[in-house]
Amino acid sequence: MRIPILKLHNYLLISIQTEIDDNTAIQFQEDLLSKIHQSGATGVVIDLTSVDIIDSFIAKVLGDVVTMSDLMGAKVVLTGIQPAVAMTLIDLGIHLKNVPTALDLEQGLIKLYQELGE
Amino acid sequence: MNPQSCVNIQKEWDIVGARQLGRDIAKKIGFGTVDQARIATAISELARNIYLYAENGQICFEVIDNINHKGISMVAIDNGPGITDVSKVMEDGYSTSGGLGAGLPGVKRLMDEFDLQSEVGKGTRIKAVKWVR
Repeated sequence: MRIPILKLHNYLLISIQTEIDDNTAIQFQEDLLSKIHQSGATGVVIDLTSVDIIDSFIAKVLGDVVTMSDLMGAKVVLTGIQPAVAMTLIDLGIHLKNVPTALDLEQGLIKLYQELGE
Repeated sequence: MNPQSCVNIQKEWDIVGARQLGRDIAKKIGFGTVDQARIATAISELARNIYLYAENGQICFEVIDNINHKGISMVAIDNGPGITDVSKVMEDGYSTSGGLGAGLPGVKRLMDEFDLQSEVGKGTRIKAVKWVR
């Protein structure tokens, strides 16, 4: 299973719609980094509105992909984290402190515009 | 007592299968969305531990329906290497798999009851219960 990555001007948009297993998560990490490399995208929004579980592994993969993209020069914003997911992550002890987030896709794009000044 | 349903954990995809089944059961019993997410996440952590450390094992779910208590019980059993230092794996941030570390203390916080028994060379048995509020 592969998660589709859409390009919109200088941005990449990803909406995760499926139950994520470990392999899908790792595959997505690779796919996103090579897409950033190919496209020269400067901003990425990963929308998690339809995701109802983030366990420690998925959280690690997401946190890592934000740092990795940052190393390459692309800014990532995670959007749409559900209330139940936010509460569960804190129970697990996962704070994703250095990960930029926004309420929804729209706010995520606004955040990118502001930070990247385009 | 209600009949048990069990899921074998052998492949990576079984982690997803186990948490989906657990979530379905939790939903049927009447847990709210937040507790459903907590239960499913706890299952995911337990199943991943089995997959990573023991290679195969089982998670069994049971509905508990007493007069004043309703809940879900899950038991994760494997015949893997066992845990050498139980108090250490219950410390936040401790991990032997490289970087995750949320594992068991996280599961304990997500659930209402948590019991861990492990014998080196024989295996591990973890029982966790969540009550409907």
